[in-house]
Amino acid sequence: MKAMAHLVAALRDPASVAGLSGPQWSALMSVARGEVLLGTLAHRVADQPLPGSVAAELRAALASANQAQIHALWEAEMCHRALSPLGITPVLLKGTAYAAAGLPNAAGRQIGDLDILVPRDRLDEAEAALISAGWEWVKDDPYDQAYYREHMHELPPLIHKTRDRMIDVHHTILPLTAKPRPDVAAMLADAVALLGDAYPPSRLREGSGVGLNGERTRLVFGSFPPLTPPAGGRGTLQILCPTDMVCHAAAHLFADGDMAGGLRNLWDIHSLLSEFSGGKDDDGFWQDLQSRAQQHQLWPAVHRAIRLSHSLFATNIPSAMAGRVRHDKYYRIRMLARDDWGRESHRLIRLIFYIRSHLIRMPLPMLLRHLWTKWRR
Amino acid sequence: MTHSASFRVGPVGFRIVSDWREPVRQLQQLYGAYPAPIAGVATATARIEAARPWRRWLRPAVHIRGDYIIPDALPLPLSQGLLSAEMAMNLQVALGWRQHMLLHASAVEQGGRAIIMVGASGSGKSTLAAMLGEGDWRLLGDEFAMLGLDDGLLAPFPRLVSLKNESIAEMAARVSVDRLGPLIIGTPKGSIRHLVPRADAIARMDEPARPVLLLFPGFGEQAGLRAVAPSEAFMRLTDSSTNYVALGEPAFVALTRLVRDVPAVAIGYASGAQGVAAVEALWAEVGG
Repeated sequence: MKAMAHLVAALRDPASVAGLSGPQWSALMSVARGEVLLGTLAHRVADQPLPGSVAAELRAALASANQAQIHALWEAEMCHRALSPLGITPVLLKGTAYAAAGLPNAAGRQIGDLDILVPRDRLDEAEAALISAGWEWVKDDPYDQAYYREHMHELPPLIHKTRDRMIDVHHTILPLTAKPRPDVAAMLADAVALLGDAYPPSRLREGSGVGLNGERTRLVFGSFPPLTPPAGGRGTLQILCPTDMVCHAAAHLFADGDMAGGLRNLWDIHSLLSEFSGGKDDDGFWQDLQSRAQQHQLWPAVHRAIRLSHSLFATNIPSAMAGRVRHDKYYRIRMLARDDWGRESHRLIRLIFYIRSHLIRMPLPMLLRHLWTKWRR
Repeated sequence: MTHSASFRVGPVGFRIVSDWREPVRQLQQLYGAYPAPIAGVATATARIEAARPWRRWLRPAVHIRGDYIIPDALPLPLSQGLLSAEMAMNLQVALGWRQHMLLHASAVEQGGRAIIMVGASGSGKSTLAAMLGEGDWRLLGDEFAMLGLDDGLLAPFPRLVSLKNESIAEMAARVSVDRLGPLIIGTPKGSIRHLVPRADAIARMDEPARPVLLLFPGFGEQAGLRAVAPSEAFMRLTDSSTNYVALGEPAFVALTRLVRDVPAVAIGYASGAQGVAAVEALWAEVGG
């Protein structure tokens, strides 16, 4: 079996790592690093008997991921402090949202930039507030600036000048030039308030599911459905409601980008589906998810996410949603395109997905104009 | 074809993968005395590879990659393949290692007690460590000092010493030629020649040492000593660490303990011999 297959198997069934040889572990850790899943792997296999040098390396990876979450939640708190005087309650997206909500996929997960969603009509105010709180433009180029503002779903990226951390301020979840037009007003209206601060030190000390010594702690913060906003009106942070969180993860994976790092996104989706649904017979959740995805014009992406999550990670899904649809196998190949030395493989398929990422992001004439402008500079 | 080598340097099990045979052959020769990774488990994979398949043969350009990649790093010519492999290995440790706090520093040991020498490229920390390592000292490493987060001990990481420019002749005069790699000229840092550490450094690479002196060498600076306050030492060490931020609070605790418990001194010196004499004199003073 190949290292990528070992990685999928280890995430799905941690006991599958029993009996891996030294060289197989070397390859497994290498591809897990390549997919930014080393901390997640570490969390999953923490209870398994492991070779000493593997255990030491994974323990360190888990501790480091835990630290990265502290940084990420602190960044969310900083953003909250910058925006709350305006009465803007940002919706946390992706990794920071999973960590703040204590969702199961947060354990060991690496978190990069802070992604937030704010209403489009508050965008200018939010931008000004962030800049006066110390964030600066990464891209000063006038074309890039104008392009982001006219066509993208987010502001040009900002970086904090002393903390060196990036923030992506979204006003919707897909580029404005993409075909699906998600109902972002509904996403904002149904967002879920997080209780208290983004940085509750007591919770972090208890451990957000990532035990420093490899022990697994039960997550306590993620009590869906909705937490009630605190009385007294102190602004807090929000996260997307469960169905929207799945829709966003699927849109990010299949309706935007070239699927680099796709396996990690699919693992998120598997974890979210498993957490939110009561299993394959929980008709309510699956029906809600389908109608919500249709409302966002994202059902093809969400359905593909459900099928592939089931096919790779054995997610418990309704049989009516299972099966394999044309092209699924290419998505699967793309997500597993890494050899045992950690090198990206399947050059042609990667190229096709790269070209696809541009075509789904904007109509062809616009793409040509964009590439021409970029190329001339 | 894919060529590969695997060996262990201190706590790090390496896998090195190359599109070319020659750099791997050179690595295998120079790392011949090093053990295999424990139980065959490599914790870091370093790769040197061609950006396009045909660039293996046609105007070969060696890209430095691995589990961790610096996207815009410039490739090196194939004549610098060995250097590329060493750089790829260093990159994996610098960006990926989390089991210790990493200081960009050299270190030597005597009687279980160690000196950490911290400085930028050109400060002479490598040369000084290499020269001491040929005398009464055991070389712990010339690139990274690995500080234990819990026990505060230094884990040896005695990779090949990277000799640069003037120090090449200085060391070549002291060691047998079979401990030297090929002379690599025209690199971004001038001429480079790798030195295999003395046998004791490799044989005892699982024996940690307690840091008792922090040194900030300044080659070419005015000769003399200057005491460095713990606060300044702390700032300089955070600057020289590649994983201080990623490790967070445990690194803060380990580093605070280090600068509080261990005296720090900056030394200026004009020649290798003068540097060694200054270190020996200081060592006598801290009770070595």
